[in-house]
Amino acid sequence: MANADCIVIQGSNMAECHPVGYQWVAEAKARGAKVIHVDPRFTRTSAVADKHIPIRAGSDVVLLGALINYVISNDLWFKEYVSAYTNAATLVHADYRDAEDLGGLFSGFNPETGAYDTASWSYAEEAGDAIGEPGAGSEHGSDASARAAGHQFGSGGPALEHARVQRDDTLQDPRTVFQIVKRHYARYTPEMVHDMCGIEVADFEYLARAITENSGRERTTCFAYAVGWTQHSLGAQFIRAAAILQLLLGNLGRPGGGIMALRGHASIQGSTDIPTLFNLLPGYLPMPTAGRHDTLSQYLEAIASKKQKGFWADADAYTVSLLKAWWGEAANAENDWAYDYLPRLTGAHGTYETVMGMLEDEVEGYFLLGQNPAVGSAHGRMQRLGMSHLKWLVVRDLNLIESATWWKDGPEIESGELHTEDIETEVFFLPAATHVEKAGSFTQTQRLLQWRHQAVAPPGDCQSELQFFFELGERIRQKLAGSDDERDRPLLDLTWDYPTDAHGDPNPEAVLAEINGRHLEGPDAGKPLPAYTELRADGTTSAGCWIYTGVYAGGINHAANRKPGREQGPAAPEWGWAWPANRRILYNRASADPDGKPWSERKKYIWWDQEQGRWVGDDVPDFPVDRAPGSQPDPAAGGPEALSGDDPFIMQADGKGWLFAPKGLVDGPLPTHYEAQESPVANALYPQQQSPARLVFPRADNLSAPSAGTSGAEVYPYVFTTYRLTEHHTAGGMSRWLPYLSELQPEMFCEVSPELAAERGLEPYGWATIVSPRSAIEARVLVTERMTPLSVGGRTVHQIGLPYHWGVGNDAVVSGDAANDLLGITLDPNVQIQESKVASCDIRPGRRPRGPALLALVAEYQARAGTTIETGNRAVTDPAAEGIEPKPGGHGGAGGRR
Amino acid sequence: MGQLSGPTDPSADARWEDHPPRKGFFTDTSICIGCKACEVACKEWNHNPQDGNLELLKSSYDNTGALGASTWRHVAFVEQGQERVVQARESGRALVSLGMPAIGPPAPAADQDLSEVDTTPPDTPDFRWLMSSDVCKHCTHAGCLDVCPTGALFRTEFGTVVVQDDVCNGCGTCVAGCPFGVIERRSDGTVAVAAQREEPHAQPPAVPNVGIAQKCTLCYDRLIADETPACAKACPTTSIKFGDHDHMVETARARVAELHAQGLTEARLYGANELDGVGGTGSVFLLLDEPEVYGLPPDPRVPTADLPRMYRRAGMAVAGMVAAAALAFLRGRA
Amino acid sequence: MTHSEFDSFRPTEPARRRRTDRRGAGRRRDGGDGSREMPMVPEAEFTSYYGRPVVKPAPWGDDVAAYLFLGGVAGGSALLGLGGQLTGRPTLRRNARVTALAAVSLGAVALVRDLGRPERFLHMLRTFKLTSPMSVGSWILSAFSAGAGVAAVAEIDRMSSARLPLGPLRPVLQAVEGPAGVEAALFAGPLAAYTAVLLGDTATPTWNAAREELPFVFVSSAALASAGLAMITTPVREAGPARKLAAFGVMGEMVAMRVMEHRMDPVEAEPLHQGRAGAMLRWSERLAAAGGLGTLLGGRNRAVAAASGLALLAASALTRFGVFEAGLSSAKDPRYTIEPQKNRLAARRAAGITGDSITTAG
Repeated sequence: MANADCIVIQGSNMAECHPVGYQWVAEAKARGAKVIHVDPRFTRTSAVADKHIPIRAGSDVVLLGALINYVISNDLWFKEYVSAYTNAATLVHADYRDAEDLGGLFSGFNPETGAYDTASWSYAEEAGDAIGEPGAGSEHGSDASARAAGHQFGSGGPALEHARVQRDDTLQDPRTVFQIVKRHYARYTPEMVHDMCGIEVADFEYLARAITENSGRERTTCFAYAVGWTQHSLGAQFIRAAAILQLLLGNLGRPGGGIMALRGHASIQGSTDIPTLFNLLPGYLPMPTAGRHDTLSQYLEAIASKKQKGFWADADAYTVSLLKAWWGEAANAENDWAYDYLPRLTGAHGTYETVMGMLEDEVEGYFLLGQNPAVGSAHGRMQRLGMSHLKWLVVRDLNLIESATWWKDGPEIESGELHTEDIETEVFFLPAATHVEKAGSFTQTQRLLQWRHQAVAPPGDCQSELQFFFELGERIRQKLAGSDDERDRPLLDLTWDYPTDAHGDPNPEAVLAEINGRHLEGPDAGKPLPAYTELRADGTTSAGCWIYTGVYAGGINHAANRKPGREQGPAAPEWGWAWPANRRILYNRASADPDGKPWSERKKYIWWDQEQGRWVGDDVPDFPVDRAPGSQPDPAAGGPEALSGDDPFIMQADGKGWLFAPKGLVDGPLPTHYEAQESPVANALYPQQQSPARLVFPRADNLSAPSAGTSGAEVYPYVFTTYRLTEHHTAGGMSRWLPYLSELQPEMFCEVSPELAAERGLEPYGWATIVSPRSAIEARVLVTERMTPLSVGGRTVHQIGLPYHWGVGNDAVVSGDAANDLLGITLDPNVQIQESKVASCDIRPGRRPRGPALLALVAEYQARAGTTIETGNRAVTDPAAEGIEPKPGGHGGAGGRR
Repeated sequence: MGQLSGPTDPSADARWEDHPPRKGFFTDTSICIGCKACEVACKEWNHNPQDGNLELLKSSYDNTGALGASTWRHVAFVEQGQERVVQARESGRALVSLGMPAIGPPAPAADQDLSEVDTTPPDTPDFRWLMSSDVCKHCTHAGCLDVCPTGALFRTEFGTVVVQDDVCNGCGTCVAGCPFGVIERRSDGTVAVAAQREEPHAQPPAVPNVGIAQKCTLCYDRLIADETPACAKACPTTSIKFGDHDHMVETARARVAELHAQGLTEARLYGANELDGVGGTGSVFLLLDEPEVYGLPPDPRVPTADLPRMYRRAGMAVAGMVAAAALAFLRGRA
Repeated sequence: MTHSEFDSFRPTEPARRRRTDRRGAGRRRDGGDGSREMPMVPEAEFTSYYGRPVVKPAPWGDDVAAYLFLGGVAGGSALLGLGGQLTGRPTLRRNARVTALAAVSLGAVALVRDLGRPERFLHMLRTFKLTSPMSVGSWILSAFSAGAGVAAVAEIDRMSSARLPLGPLRPVLQAVEGPAGVEAALFAGPLAAYTAVLLGDTATPTWNAAREELPFVFVSSAALASAGLAMITTPVREAGPARKLAAFGVMGEMVAMRVMEHRMDPVEAEPLHQGRAGAMLRWSERLAAAGGLGTLLGGRNRAVAAASGLALLAASALTRFGVFEAGLSSAKDPRYTIEPQKNRLAARRAAGITGDSITTAG
């Protein structure tokens, strides 16, 4: 980021929530970069940016689409980059119909299932057929939402059967990706931005000029986002929209370019690399799904075709090495490397599905580790009520967080919904070691692993997570010892032999070594692997997470590298270790032109050295290092061998950056604006109000506010958005128990504009009650001009800001109502993330009622709005407009879809 | 009495021989993100107790209020509309046209002609949120130190001013002696922070140094170990810079010139002039508005600068009193 | 705005704010100070940080104000005691010596009580520091107390017909009694006056602004208070010098007070007229005038003398408490710090002095 000439921070309050990372923005600014902050609120980030552009929460695709349109229609796209490195010239299947043609739906929508059949979005094959998914065969048209669970391709793009695509390098064919993109965004104009986002045309032009003037050969623009983009019912598409824009401007794979995903905790990146997500295995290998991935060969065929381009084609080596790391000798060729030891997904098992499972008494026990869902997850009331159905609950935390005490002092005890003596959940609180009391690695936003040494021993009974799980595993294995039940084999055969220290804490470096992987046979047997390219599918290598292979190369913990930046080159390769292969910028082949020369002296990074016959530069080249720029291997060769000299996107199945996504997304190949689940604004672009493929949960305890244009919408007239403050950490478990932090932000508050305060009679620093269809909370009122009423579609939209750090309980230094109690549960279908950055509410002066009167207030609002479980939960807003009528007796497409 | 006003080297004045260069802060508020890491790092390092009452202070995101006995770094938050921005720009431009400072090292900005710099919208923001981390000024002529009767306050070899906790008897004279309202006597109405994680909710330990005047030490204990003060170390954007005082002033001058060149005439320095009422401060600030907007005095003057004259006036008064008494008795006898 | 003959009675309207809003959506109204969170608050005529004080008030309670008064009483009494000693007025000498010791002792107790760490009161004497009026004062107080103590003990011993268990020290005491009275009187004036320097040598706006004349106010106040006390304790026959000193004191204080206020910045003088401090100072003046008149007109009447003395004592106490309080309240309101400083800065700049500002352009 320090190398950027322009930085657009959108969907993130970077200075407040990522202050340490913000030093690089400050550095870029000191070097002359322009910093623009697009956000519903004027935050501390806005305060140090060159410009703040207020935007209506959830309307980002309109703005980004308009920027795409601006770039294309003003001919400002980076032609050489786009032609050579993206799929702009690739032809899409003839059956494809755009949302522009179908009133907001793409071709293939099935109103019965509320999901898309994505077949028509495919690339056209050279022969004229569609290029489908490998091993899919007859799978087209099957339940897409179930399939969503398998669509996790973090480091690799979605699989294609092969990469023999049809191209029109003139980009004139109406079926080329470029023409499709151009048509798709033609109606995303500055005026539309004004009408939908509330952004002035002048501000839009300022932004458009800033990013286009700072892109091209000589300059680069960088985008940064965080959960302000992801936590929407079309969150993945927000980021896709930015990716299209950055590809058109030639800002990917280059210094000062890219799209920075800012992670909210020290190792959230690490927790997706070696995942805590239900649908991923380490290294972004999908979790097998019952019925589709029953055998290893089925699984391998499905996740990556050997015929596609790039390194993802070697997914078999990554998978087998993982199985070898986990089950060692017990994984052999005869038993398909113990593939059957892996569990199989039978559906979506995300955190929200799990909570609903609790409510239906399908889930008996729950581990909470460093998580405080009673405060930090959407729909806190559902979270707490779900926990009250459990038989047992284990909370491992630093403090007695609200998720450990809801049974005695939670809001439902106060409202009378729960009585402590009736709750049968057995709650175990186990004290945890803090980050200074244990060693290990953090993987941060830049994919950089940084080793952290233990400073002090944990006090009392506190344990590291590593020790806890090691001991838990030991005990379970002891209990199962001697069992001959097949289902116990996976546990008994696990490699579970880490050396421990005097306190019984396993050596975390031993775990890192296992993750890195080692040679299992041959002269190097036992030695750490130097790179993931050494991984083999024949059982001769092991690796716990293939993308981390190399972090322990040569038996050295490279994550602990600590050479100061001033003592080394611009990429600082000897500080920590970045996956993959200690590479600091992904796809950095794109920093050179198709001939292998840097785009400009100013932005040189990786280039082809003709004499040496290899790629050289400041960073580890992200390309086959000896593949000459002009190489044109046969795409049919498959794998890394098939990559042409101008295929920089080496994990994509065709080596190109995808403007149009023929595979991998379940809610549309191009980002399209839909309103949030709850919105006081009607979608001016399409008759379709919300994303048709979003996951909804029509339940009596998960009601939605009526959206614009339906009756009752005026009952919840305001938009609220939730966020964090610098002074606190997420749900407060690490900050509200600390007096030094608590005194800095002691009380729950809401931020409103002076206009809204006047409209509702809110007293500065007095109390206000905020009511949503789920709950009502109280907060102190900060009346501030940092909140701007927006003029949207001829009406004024007021937005209310709610930090979500506080929770109801008696143990913390400071407590307060939890903003997340207001949220309902609607999910993005691609990644199952909840929509928590935008919803509807009302605000009124004064404190909220106590006891049962609180429930009565919420119910009174619900009655007034006439909201039912059907409200807002139809997949297709207006079937008549779409020409799609669900069969009688259907649930409007969405009902019961889980 | 040593030198009570005007430019001087304070360490030499305090008879330190072979002392290291004077140390100081340069706080560049134009890049402060208001994260308050300095406040927390300061409290952590110095074991200062919590002093907030856990209620909103009704001042934007500032819930600490001011510098005090237990808050040695304080981040101010000021929300301003465009009219005020224009005014700040004008007042800064007026400073430039005054050609200040009159003497001292030549300011790079002095010969710039800013009259032509366009400061009209959209380059003038229509709203801004100022953040500024305040700290003890470690004045060249420190009011607190001068008036301290016990010698508890002393001038370190680094030119900074530090309270010796074991000497101070809490007379409070320094509190009134500080023209910046920095030093304060610690009352016991605060909450101490548990030092050990084992017992966060056990009986809190006694608040340290109750009744004693407390303020920033510029991390004297860290300076001795050649370490950066905790606040500067914690600052993520280098808004708080630490180093040799002369270098800090140079850096500050270069920075303000840079901002002026960008048309940001509202930028100005605070404390970089050794001819001011306190002989220049050890902590230099780059401000974006008038000092009083941030709670700083616009024209502070160390009270002891006038002390010789006050003593003379008191002498005259005493003489008058004695004369009056004598007169009363003499005439009585006559 | 209309103009009528009654316009002069119209309350002044705040300057109309310019709306520079480009959006027209009402965003970003303007305002000067930090209190932008509260647009309902009328705009103050000066800028501050949420109305918070710039300087901190001294953490001194009424104990210190009482000490200001008692120190003055002690100092004046010591002078009267020496006068009585030198002019052969034994009752006046005795009473003055005893009251000097009583006042200075009470004062010292009050002073120690006010310390943050009273057990460390002796730390005051671990150094002598000329830049610290508190240090200088501590030494003055100590020196004064020594002389006043010896002189008073001698009187008490005499009063109790030599019953104090002094043993062989009695002759010594009797020998040094006279010199002790002189020594105490030497430090009497400084004791009465240094407290004015103590207050003047602060950043507290009203005290600092009063620094030139405050010593005169304080010594006058000390004179009239100690004289008043002598008029109460001493028969009119021997109290003649006390009555004269009282008259000088009243005149001195009235003149000094007026000159002081006249020479202060009007804003800095404001706290002397407002609130409790203003009331105290108003009553102080009235009581001093009444006491002074009583002394002049009926001083030879024991009852009138005693009443006048009481009035004078009260006047002095009110002066000290009033000045004390005015200073504290001037420190608590940022206006008293900021406005005078801005005024003096502007005045210097107008006079062409531009090199001494703490704010610089580079």
